[in-house]
Amino acid sequence: MQDFSQAFAEAFALIGTADATLIGIIVLSLQVTLTAVLIACLIGFPLGGALAVGRFPGRMALVVFLNSLMGLPPVVVGLVIYLFLSAAGPLGYLQLLYTPTAMVIAQVVLVTPIVAALARQVIEDLHSEYDDMLRAMNASRLQTIWTLIVDARYSLLTSALAGLGRALAEVGAVIIVGGNIANVTRVMTTTIALETSKGELALALGLGIILVGLSILINAGLFLLKHSAQQRAYA
Amino acid sequence: MLKMNPDFALLAPARPFTCHLPIRLDGVDLGFKNRSVFANLNATIGGHGITAIMGPNGAGKSLLLRLMAGLLRPDHGDVLFNGSARVPAGRIGFVFQRPVLLRRTVLANVLHALAVAGVPRTDRQARATELLALGEMHGLAASPARKLSGGEQQRLSLLRALACKPGLLLLDEPSASLDPQATLLIENIIRRASDCGVKVVIVTHDQGQAARLADEVVFVHQGQVMDTQDIGEFLNRPGTAQARAYLAGELLID
Repeated sequence: MQDFSQAFAEAFALIGTADATLIGIIVLSLQVTLTAVLIACLIGFPLGGALAVGRFPGRMALVVFLNSLMGLPPVVVGLVIYLFLSAAGPLGYLQLLYTPTAMVIAQVVLVTPIVAALARQVIEDLHSEYDDMLRAMNASRLQTIWTLIVDARYSLLTSALAGLGRALAEVGAVIIVGGNIANVTRVMTTTIALETSKGELALALGLGIILVGLSILINAGLFLLKHSAQQRAYA
Repeated sequence: MLKMNPDFALLAPARPFTCHLPIRLDGVDLGFKNRSVFANLNATIGGHGITAIMGPNGAGKSLLLRLMAGLLRPDHGDVLFNGSARVPAGRIGFVFQRPVLLRRTVLANVLHALAVAGVPRTDRQARATELLALGEMHGLAASPARKLSGGEQQRLSLLRALACKPGLLLLDEPSASLDPQATLLIENIIRRASDCGVKVVIVTHDQGQAARLADEVVFVHQGQVMDTQDIGEFLNRPGTAQARAYLAGELLID
């Protein structure tokens, strides 16, 4: 086991020298996570909107089901995606297992319920304010959902942020479907887990610092964006 | 009849609305949680010009307006447009007492209404700009709508309701809590819209406003239409004791 302070020193040295391995892992992590969150938002926002605005039998049951999916265990999601994508699975012919695409799929499955459930709540609140106005305009269901998504845009960023937090911090699913292969599917969290188990703390710490830094940076950026929008009464 | 300024012609209905008049509420029952608001309500709102719905608080004036807009459905009875139970949706503009504006710019609020009404994208910008100019709001086009003063918000709400050239304009106390200047600006647009052929129904408590705007008054009391009179007659010789008490300020809450 390395000395604690030495590990920190080496970690900062890796960050300071922009170590190629470190940068490669960060870039892949961001590619996978941001792609997954983007897809989750594209599915989750309209889904949340439809659940907020729609009135159909079984809606409440669907809302409860969606809320329950927010707590999906990542390893279980990883296992199910693994079974689908493995050579013997129904989607095996796509040969996606142990690729970044498989990791994106796993994260989309994990993040979409979070984004959709939070979006539903945000859109439902706004719908209660806009309902009469939009009905008086004779807006269609689709026009209503689109209007609400656009007008809740800054609040929906918070939903996306919650999804991003989940995706960035996620280990279990991506390690199963990605395999943690160096230079191919190794991302920040899986590297931290691997390097820590090997007792190589410098890279793990360096990535940990970056991960926390990124989280603070993204949160601060969105906070400022939302604050500025609130100043102009857009949020 | 005021001489119509050519600019105001853009308030004219897309198609004549007269084929949907009169509006008749036929044996309407409406209640909420075991509380009956209307029981066998019968009323006719017809002709041209501006109809004011007046009555004490809680009489059901706003609900009457909502029934006409199709925002509420009666428990029993019908709301008939020239005998048809089908609400001419898309041909009705509605202005609420408290304006609900989108979290967008002033211009974007009008553009949204035009988009929802299916106006082609290429025509929207020009029409929205013309409407804002007509409402003396062109200088505010890029301002956040929800940062406007109360009077400006209500004026925008009115312009937005007129954006899709409705044949029927329903106004629920549009100038409540506005100052005289803001009220006059709103009344000016309402009058111009009426001059262009838009049928206007306005809920108001303001006798001065009714006198300035309305051609006829529908007086509502305790969920019933007590009287429908020409405005001059209503103000000078109200047909019922309740209307007399209301005008004298002795009938404030039902």
